Amino acid sequence: MGKLIGEAVRRVEDRRFITGKATYTDDIKLPGMTYAYIVRSPYAHARIQQIDTSRAQAAPGVIAVFTGEDVKDVNGLPCGWQVNFRNGDTMKEPKHPLLVADKVRHVGDNVAMIVAESREQAKDAAELLDIEYEVLDAVTDPAKAIEEGAPLVHEDVPRNICFDWEIGDKAKTDKAFADADHVVSLEFRNQRLVPNAIEPRSAIGVYDAARDKYTLYTSSQNPHLIRLLLCAFVLGIPEHKVRVVSPDVGGGFGSKIFHYAEEALVTWAARQVGRPIKWTAERSESFVTDAHGRDHVTRAEMAFDKKGKIVGLRVSTVANMGAYLSTFAPAIPTYLHGTLLQGVYDTPAIYCEITAVFTHTTPVDAYRGAGRPEATYLLERLVDTGARELGMDPAEIRRINFIPPFDGVKQPGYQTQVALQYDSGNYEATLNRALEIIGYHQLRHEQEEARKQGRYLGIGFSTYIEACGIAPSAVVGALGARAGLYESSVVRVQPTGKVTVYTGSHAHGQGHETTFAQIVADTLGVPLEDVEVVHGDTEAVPFGMGTYGSRSLAVGGSALRKGLDKVIEKGTKIAAHLLEAAEEDLEFADGEWTVKGTDKKITFGEVALAAYVPHNFPEGMEPGLEFSTFYDPANFTFPFGTHIAVVEVDPETGKVTLKRYVAVDDVGTVINPLIVDGQVHGGIAQGIGQALLEEAVYDENGELLASSFLEYAIPRADDLVSFEVDRTVTPCPHNPLGVKGAGETGTIASTAAVVNAVIDALAPLGIKDLQMPLTPQRVWQAIQQVQAS
Amino acid sequence: MEIPIKVTVNGEVYEHRVEPRMLLVTFLREVLGLTGTHVGCDTSSCGACTILMDGKAVKSCTLLAVQADGAELLTMEGLARNGELHPIQEGFWREHGLQCGFCTPGMIMAAYQLLEENASPDEKEIRRALEGNYCRCTGYHNIVKSVQYAAKKINR
Repeated sequence: MGKLIGEAVRRVEDRRFITGKATYTDDIKLPGMTYAYIVRSPYAHARIQQIDTSRAQAAPGVIAVFTGEDVKDVNGLPCGWQVNFRNGDTMKEPKHPLLVADKVRHVGDNVAMIVAESREQAKDAAELLDIEYEVLDAVTDPAKAIEEGAPLVHEDVPRNICFDWEIGDKAKTDKAFADADHVVSLEFRNQRLVPNAIEPRSAIGVYDAARDKYTLYTSSQNPHLIRLLLCAFVLGIPEHKVRVVSPDVGGGFGSKIFHYAEEALVTWAARQVGRPIKWTAERSESFVTDAHGRDHVTRAEMAFDKKGKIVGLRVSTVANMGAYLSTFAPAIPTYLHGTLLQGVYDTPAIYCEITAVFTHTTPVDAYRGAGRPEATYLLERLVDTGARELGMDPAEIRRINFIPPFDGVKQPGYQTQVALQYDSGNYEATLNRALEIIGYHQLRHEQEEARKQGRYLGIGFSTYIEACGIAPSAVVGALGARAGLYESSVVRVQPTGKVTVYTGSHAHGQGHETTFAQIVADTLGVPLEDVEVVHGDTEAVPFGMGTYGSRSLAVGGSALRKGLDKVIEKGTKIAAHLLEAAEEDLEFADGEWTVKGTDKKITFGEVALAAYVPHNFPEGMEPGLEFSTFYDPANFTFPFGTHIAVVEVDPETGKVTLKRYVAVDDVGTVINPLIVDGQVHGGIAQGIGQALLEEAVYDENGELLASSFLEYAIPRADDLVSFEVDRTVTPCPHNPLGVKGAGETGTIASTAAVVNAVIDALAPLGIKDLQMPLTPQRVWQAIQQVQAS
Repeated sequence: MEIPIKVTVNGEVYEHRVEPRMLLVTFLREVLGLTGTHVGCDTSSCGACTILMDGKAVKSCTLLAVQADGAELLTMEGLARNGELHPIQEGFWREHGLQCGFCTPGMIMAAYQLLEENASPDEKEIRRALEGNYCRCTGYHNIVKSVQYAAKKINR
């Protein structure tokens, strides 16, 4: 281990953010810039009878008005993952047009784009666009959408079913349930959420006719993927003629993975207009157009034996895809949810079936955690329910069901019932540590005392597993992914020994410029300030897959580490030549090659210089010290942990107050604990948001009622407490850094912990279940109901 | 119709003619090119656009540029002096009080006003003072610590 790996190095990128000098997409102003405003459907389902653009065209400052007619020869937005029906039929994949010509299918669907000299003029002109709609019946609830006679989102998709899918052994699971001593079941909606990164999406399209070259600036988590989809699937323009830049990006949480229509529209229209076009979402547009998260309607059952051992799990979920398939939507309820149902438990029989359906709502896709929070929520709620019904302590029931520890080296990985093989884990260790931090026995005692005083204190557990750094490409390809899931790096040692590294990962808050620099500095023995990390520009960086699914360090960091190893390998050859020693007699440490047992040495900088001024150089060796690397992992990595929430519920108002929150996570080897803790904190907050506050509510007409921050509550500072965070370390056995992933653990764990805590608090009243979010109104009503009955 | 305004921003005087409907944040970003102040919503909820106007934290998306006529404004760009970070900026760096950085300018400005009014706020007071500023990355944990760091440093 070097000097910097494991250190809480303060972020090197922060200076620009804390002095107002960052460059987000909307901060970019180009000569001749024009501004686009997208006219969106106010209806969930309507036929466009007629669009009259004449008044809008004539409005002051208007340069162009584009409608569905203008882009009818342009392809729609592609989906990047194909999940076929159980019977082998192909997934239903209706066209997702950039601008709709015939029928709008959700509130916010793109109808027209107005380009003007200013934002205000474009928006003013939108008022003058005359659109006649014939309003049609809509369906927003996925369970209702599959009923016979429900309004169809796409005429050629019967019962709105996009695909159905299953995993596990149905017969074995049914038998386990038939033979079980005790069965618990829950029915719930894992409610729809709006990601709400604080930076609204933004895109600038530029076309340089003299060079026949396009540039797209976009607030994206994965610029290369956007370029590929834009060029090869949507616009059919040559990939080498397009540069995509994702500069500073103000949070993503999944919502900025996907390829959106506005990116293609501004790129396409920039050529028509002959000037750069900027589009930036207003928050109200973000609410109806950024892909939403979750929205599962689930029935889940867990079977136990007399002693509380889990003997079976059965899950049936209807997953809402929204009106069209977003980029990775089909993978979320299936390969990121169904395959996670083993959890951290040794359950011998599991079966899960998924029905994915279209509704007249904003498309649903990955939102922080993506499928794994849904899996964790149902497992953790069922385990707690089982504990309560069997009269067991929730910590104890977990303990007896945990998969025993395995390091993936001496002991093999754990083969689940649902396809995945876990890399390494020690689940009980995180539980023990969390119980110790929270002072469990004392806390239960306090709870009893509180109950005597009529106070409702609750303790909730969540022992979760996450799958991140999804890979290898061959496996995900077999599962329907239309992309690889490797990562790239270039390590460019400059002649003066300074190092520039290029990564296909993309940071939008995760601090790669620091974490990746720590890896470089330690591995090469150079000072941190001699390292520059470059990302987010397809013209600078080799083809990369970007950042989502907590993959950056495990996949991108490993690609970097492998590149650094190549630098050392070549450097050793150069050093051996210059020191007139055999390679095997050299050792490399702290930025120097030393001939073992002597004081003969040469520095990293001297070797770098020799590589670029190769006057005295090994015969036949190419000059230079630069390596490009692509790394395709052997497996996912599987972080895990135990979270415990302590809440108090006011029975008079139904308000839930968070009292304490303990998180013990295991994300493998930690490069920068400051950054990992920060990721955990933010994740916990988002999961708590789902448990207590957030819900994207549609009315029966398909209007999104929670469509601004006035109706949709994301956690504020005074909703939360300071978190008590700790770690265990079980290295990942299959990547060179031993790292797992830390970006989503908090969100995956915390929702269930908080809901379990509230139900624990209210258990004396006989409340066994509550539907999220646990708003004061909902909790109060539940209390009233049990008291009335 | 355009209206002349004279505004002092970060110590510099600017005179411009603006449309009456132009928002103050638009004036800062588009007219003056001070893009350190951000727009995160259209309902005055998120606080990303918070600046100081005559010493008070205001949401610059809720004011018209003409309302700032004659006022003295402080934005993110004006907080560091001679390249030296203000203790709040330093606190956000030391305590990892930011991730994506988008809410950070508004958050720092709101914290600035808090510390002007209350030199040693406790955690509860910090959380209450910042409830008009949304952060989706940090869970506020390290933002609280950043403000505490700054308070300590200022009081030293």
